[in-house]
Amino acid sequence: MIRVQREPFDSGAEIARLGAGNPAVGGICAFVGKVRDLSGGQAVSAMTLEHYPGMTEKELARIETEARNRWPLQDTLILHRHGRLEPGDDIVLVAVASAHRRAAFEACEFLIDWLKTKAPFWKREEGPGGARWVEARTEDDEAAARWNAAASQEQE
Amino acid sequence: MRLLFFAWLREKAGQDREDIVLPPDVTDVQGLIDWLRGRSDGYAKALGDPSQLRVAVNQETVALDHPVGPDDEVAFFPPVTGG
Repeated sequence: MIRVQREPFDSGAEIARLGAGNPAVGGICAFVGKVRDLSGGQAVSAMTLEHYPGMTEKELARIETEARNRWPLQDTLILHRHGRLEPGDDIVLVAVASAHRRAAFEACEFLIDWLKTKAPFWKREEGPGGARWVEARTEDDEAAARWNAAASQEQE
Repeated sequence: MRLLFFAWLREKAGQDREDIVLPPDVTDVQGLIDWLRGRSDGYAKALGDPSQLRVAVNQETVALDHPVGPDDEVAFFPPVTGG
């Protein structure tokens, strides 16, 4: 399931709902991304997340489909907020239910890695020096690219 | 054709969208970028750095040689930073 919303979410309740009533689920893995008060050595007092309504949902659905093609998953949730957030606020929840833990761990990591490099969100941070757009990180590109290599190895 | 701009590209472009009539000789994304850069200083600044430019046609990320047509929605934005 894909959800993009301005409102806060209750990650505990969302995780509890995932795969509820499905006895084939043997484990759930979840990642919650939060706003930090420090970014690139600079204090952050608030952050605004802009996105591309329409494409965001489509891109997240493509990423979710890719994960379901790669791993045997019972249920998936990608929940991403937009708008103005403050340090300590939740930004994103990725949760995966599977029969076994390895698929759940791997798919969860895959989903957040691809989301960070493909889904059309942009962060603008506010701090004592004013506001600035966050720059994409090479480390994130490398983390996402690992999964390309993994896919080609599986095909060999 | 509908053009959309996001994040700091939107700020440099000076607007978040514009509906345009596509010239018949503009047939792909690169041609569209080149044409737009000649239309205003804002577009020249927004679209000036290929390393910081990502393009989606009809809400799907594409390469610069992807074809464009008069009814397309074309979005320009910097590398994404969500998550």
